[in-house]
Amino acid sequence: MAEASTSERGAARGTSSDTMKTVGAFLARQGILVAFILFMIAFTLWNPRFIDINNVFGVVRSSAILGVMALGVTFVVIGGNLDLSVGSMMSFSAIVVLDLHENPAFGPALAIPAMFAMTLCLGAINGFLIGYLRLNSLIVTLGMLSAIHGLTLTYSGGQNMDIANQSATWFDVFGRGDALGIPIPVLIFVGLAAFLGIVLAKTPFGRKVYAVGGNGTAATFSGIPRARVVFFTYMISAFCVATAGLIQASRTMGAQNTVGQGMELEVLAAVILGGASLLGGSGTIFKTVIGVLILGFIQNGLLLAGLEFYAQFVVTWIIIILAVWLDIATKRGRLWSPIA
Amino acid sequence: MKNDNIKNIIQNGAIWGFILLELAFFQIAGEYWSLSDRAFMDLDNMLLLLKQAAPIGIIAVGMTVVMINGNIDLSVGATYALAGIVMLDSMSWPFMDALGDWAIPLAWGFALLTGAILGLINGMIVWKTGVDAFIVTLGAMLGYRGLVFMYNGEQPTFHLNWTMVDIAEADVFGLETPALVFIAVALIVWLVMTRTIHGRNAYAIGDNREAAVNAGIRVGPHFVINFVLIGFLAALSAVAFYSASGSVNPNDGMLFELWAITAVVLGGTKLSGGKGSIIGTFGGVIAIQLLRKGLGHIGADTETVNLVIGSILIAVLFLDRQLNRKGAEELKV
Repeated sequence: MAEASTSERGAARGTSSDTMKTVGAFLARQGILVAFILFMIAFTLWNPRFIDINNVFGVVRSSAILGVMALGVTFVVIGGNLDLSVGSMMSFSAIVVLDLHENPAFGPALAIPAMFAMTLCLGAINGFLIGYLRLNSLIVTLGMLSAIHGLTLTYSGGQNMDIANQSATWFDVFGRGDALGIPIPVLIFVGLAAFLGIVLAKTPFGRKVYAVGGNGTAATFSGIPRARVVFFTYMISAFCVATAGLIQASRTMGAQNTVGQGMELEVLAAVILGGASLLGGSGTIFKTVIGVLILGFIQNGLLLAGLEFYAQFVVTWIIIILAVWLDIATKRGRLWSPIA
Repeated sequence: MKNDNIKNIIQNGAIWGFILLELAFFQIAGEYWSLSDRAFMDLDNMLLLLKQAAPIGIIAVGMTVVMINGNIDLSVGATYALAGIVMLDSMSWPFMDALGDWAIPLAWGFALLTGAILGLINGMIVWKTGVDAFIVTLGAMLGYRGLVFMYNGEQPTFHLNWTMVDIAEADVFGLETPALVFIAVALIVWLVMTRTIHGRNAYAIGDNREAAVNAGIRVGPHFVINFVLIGFLAALSAVAFYSASGSVNPNDGMLFELWAITAVVLGGTKLSGGKGSIIGTFGGVIAIQLLRKGLGHIGADTETVNLVIGSILIAVLFLDRQLNRKGAEELKV
């Protein structure tokens, strides 16, 4: 009798721990999504205005610039590298597009492609140094952060750029326009996310990015052109940065030389929050979008809750560390690190 | 073996060669382009340079130790600002007023304690959770900066105490206090890293963590000590700087982490850990400050400084890779 009850209890414990394992595995895989949904529900119960359509659009609109940059950095991070130059590169593209817009020889229609070309050149430098010369991406993009900032200042002479006659141009459409009641920056963000999501998940190139980031040596031995793949991740990143610079310039119709300063680390925070590993080889565009939205909605939710603006940074800090900790704790099967 | 020695000499001497090159270049170029008629290699100018290099330099010394240990700290800029705010704000607390000038060392103590605690938080998280230091301190960079802004909003924090200013601007042989602090810090930490068990273990852990663990070295406590050290030094840098200026802007210290890392890498410390020296970092800090001053001296726009430093950083990385690859039998793929 006693034996039976213990074995029964054992069996019961077995099943419950199996269920726990399944739930745990699901949480580990989709934890960030679950956390996001719980967070949204909690804030909505507390303040129904949170889920109001205008509020949601407002949040997504203000997250769009960060979000577009995060899409490109996702490629770089999955490929096993870092890009710290996106912030100063964004300042560069915003300043350049505004300056060319004011240049009678260019005008808005030519300014935009010219700016994209110049930003892509910077991306090509990153890609060449890191992809082909195999230099450390942290230091190269750190150097590029500084160099591009210098380039921007030299270009602008340290002056802010403004569009003089704001009513005579259609340039504001990218940052301020609406289509079918949806803000254009949101449409750009969603459209680019969908496109890059498909590129990453469904094309041979996307699979190569995962392969290079997951195990570069194995990828090389499988005949994957590692250098070229890394090069293109930086080109994608530069393209996204140029798009973000366009939205930023169009939204404010003017820019300071430091408009993107510090954004490189916020972008990286969004990508990491989405669950991409800094070691490369894991992460998805969808998860990055969730990471971006979490950052945006935390900021908004805390503001609606009456907390001061800067409390969001402290909350973001705690959330980033908890998210990454949870992720690696489930992978190693124990909460505390094995470091002696 | 002999080749190795020559290679080491070239590598360790590179930063000093670069400094000499800078000095010669700016001296000669200054003759033609400089707007002032003073020579670049003026003693006063060089002493001033040490003082101006001090805020980044003190932090870079701490960064060297953390990077030798195989970690990195991106939160030092925010720690610097928060320590500065605590120092200046604490001097206007009621009980501090009553202490008169004795409030000064107490305020310094509060600032240093703040820095050490912030470093302790980083170190404990890195040790106990096993999350990579890059991510931990990236998060802390945001979080600590949030605390800075929550402390006093977007307003600058200021408190001017003339006794404190006098101490901060006192000089010995023309070297003002911040420069003396920088030199003393570099000397002490150099001794710690080369003469103590802690220093030796820090190198061992950064070089090969597995091997260090197998040799019975406790990795975690060394991590924590080094993070406390860099937090303390970031606060010390704030103490040295804000004692004279008396005013902290909440945006102060932004990008300090990047400047410090640049100086450390120029000085020859490896990002992968296990290699590097305080003396090299000292050279890296001087080289960057020389470049800033020199470009100003020959009338170049201050804007070009960023461009030049960024390019040099990448060039150094490239040369270093070329130097190290020679002779190293690595699998070429």
